[in-house]
Amino acid sequence: MTEPIEFDHPDVVLCPGGPLLLRGDHVVEDADGTPHRTTRPVSAVCRCGKSADQPWCDGTHKVLPDKLRP
Amino acid sequence: MRIPKARGELSEALAAVLHDGATTALPADVDATDETDRQLSLWTLYELSYRGFDDVDDELEWQPELLTLRRTLERRFEAELREAFAPPEPAEPFADALFALIEGFDGASVASFVQRDATAEQTLELLRYRTIYHLKEADPTAWVVPRLTTGPKAALMELQYDEYGCGDPNRLHSHLFVRGLEATGLRSEYGAYIDDVPVEVLAQNNAMSLFGLHRRLRGAALGHLAAFEATSSLPSRRMAQGLERLGLPAEMIAYYEEHVEADAVHEQLAVRTICGALVSDEPAQAGEVAFGALACLGLEDRFARRMLADWSAET
Ligand code: FES
Ligand SMILES: [Fe+2]
Ligand SMILES: [Fe+2]
Repeated sequence: MTEPIEFDHPDVVLCPGGPLLLRGDHVVEDADGTPHRTTRPVSAVCRCGKSADQPWCDGTHKVLPDKLRP
Repeated sequence: MRIPKARGELSEALAAVLHDGATTALPADVDATDETDRQLSLWTLYELSYRGFDDVDDELEWQPELLTLRRTLERRFEAELREAFAPPEPAEPFADALFALIEGFDGASVASFVQRDATAEQTLELLRYRTIYHLKEADPTAWVVPRLTTGPKAALMELQYDEYGCGDPNRLHSHLFVRGLEATGLRSEYGAYIDDVPVEVLAQNNAMSLFGLHRRLRGAALGHLAAFEATSSLPSRRMAQGLERLGLPAEMIAYYEEHVEADAVHEQLAVRTICGALVSDEPAQAGEVAFGALACLGLEDRFARRMLADWSAET
């Protein structure tokens, strides 16, 4: 196997049916206008709107019916 | 930590060997021993490669007779795991199929019981059993790093860095658990409760060491990681709510709340970027990833059933 020289390493990743992954240090403003600073190398921003830990994903998207998943 | 209390002929002979280094005492036939005795012996042998024991010579980690015993116990355990958790044919796309495999596994849950019904005493019992893994959280997976190609290696380190507190010891996940234990009045020294844990906990812990310590089993190690992370956020929320209901300390609740948020990230990384990159570099590992995931889910299910049965017998 030959490994590539350049790898994809995007700053933002949209996970099918789940959150948006954000690499690096950012401030995310939630729907109420409150700013939240990221605290880890990669953060998961909720896209389904149902997380109890806004603006971050808390895994709730997994228990939503398919049509409510982002 | 000192050598665990023996739980049968094999662990007793092993303890004697670890004390004085004379290997003649080891029994020739380990199949004659019971599962608890075997799993405790294997756990003890593995521990020589983590933190060791205060009353054991460090030199014995690589003692050939002890490695032979470890290998015998591992072969039998791996065969049992492969028989119990045979994976389905790998499906496409890989990440969706792995998520579906994990979500489709309907295992028993101790977190749901803690959320609504457990007494404080039952919850403390669970926390004591969880120390065996949480005090070395992420460590078994760290063995896998040098066995990987560039893509999955970088991806695994992106996750592990967060488990290890991004370089800040105060945020190291196993240390968050130490803080929780101290605040709860439980013992936080590594291995403090090893003499109390049921065989199901030993088997869970040994599976992680088995997968982590063998390069051959790197796919299973990463599949185990993926299943662990993907079944953590929602149960961690239930645990946090149960601890709150019982009035347990904020530090212990904080450990679980950190895992609600961290593992919502980690599950995506583990399934998509880590296992995804592994399988794209090494397609033959797809089945191994699924095997490791099922072993993780199956062993937790077995532990949960055991606890729920014990607890329902109490009421
Ligand atoms: S996207 Fe995960 S909880 Fe909303
Ligand atoms: Fe963790
Ligand atoms: Fe994690």
